[in-house]
Amino acid sequence: MIVRVLLFARYQEAAGSPELRVDIPEGATLGTVWEEVRRRVPRLREEEAPLMALDRAYARADTTVPAEGEVAFFPPVSGG
Amino acid sequence: MSVSMILCRVTSDPLDPRAAEAAVGDRTRGAVATFQGVVRDHHAGRRVTRIEYSAYAPMAEEVFRAIAAEAGGRFGGVAIAVLHRIGGLQVGEVSLVVAAGSVHRREAHEACSFVVDAIKKRAPIWKKEFGDDGVFWIEGPGECAALDPAGRPGRDG
Repeated sequence: MIVRVLLFARYQEAAGSPELRVDIPEGATLGTVWEEVRRRVPRLREEEAPLMALDRAYARADTTVPAEGEVAFFPPVSGG
Repeated sequence: MSVSMILCRVTSDPLDPRAAEAAVGDRTRGAVATFQGVVRDHHAGRRVTRIEYSAYAPMAEEVFRAIAAEAGGRFGGVAIAVLHRIGGLQVGEVSLVVAAGSVHRREAHEACSFVVDAIKKRAPIWKKEFGDDGVFWIEGPGECAALDPAGRPGRDG
């Protein structure tokens, strides 16, 4: 299935795009999606500990991604 | 009485601290505490000329609401307003406004401080700093990743 992946800040610059569409098997986890993103974006291969979100809430790498899920990866935050 | 998230906004428009204060004040609350985050002219020994803020805005607003709800659990009856600016800001411009209204002053001060700390740790917002030494992405001190390498800072989500 195709999932929409949002990237922010430095990750967005690394990918040259705010959004990727990634093809993953049914039942795949956020960690699997991240591995696919890293495979496609060489500048992210050194990133070992991204923050992960599913449907606008922080989520763990072992969370299963539902069809239509909104996935996001980003570096440590620095708002304020 | 539990919390009210009275006002919550990520915006590219200049922030109005008075609007946040007005939103959390009413006749039952004798105290309003406000924090303003302002772009300063230096960071980590470098001169800063401007900062560009970017955000995952819909999630940031969800995080603000969750933090306000936690503040309500800790400081009963407090009302919270959060405004965060994104886009390009010059030195001296306001990037964050948090206002907390409460019956008494102690809860207002403590809730305001709690909300600011939590936003800095958890809201998906980033600074890109421009200055004499170049352009730098500022990334949190690693607290998020250190809390849980799998990607869950704090108690949100």
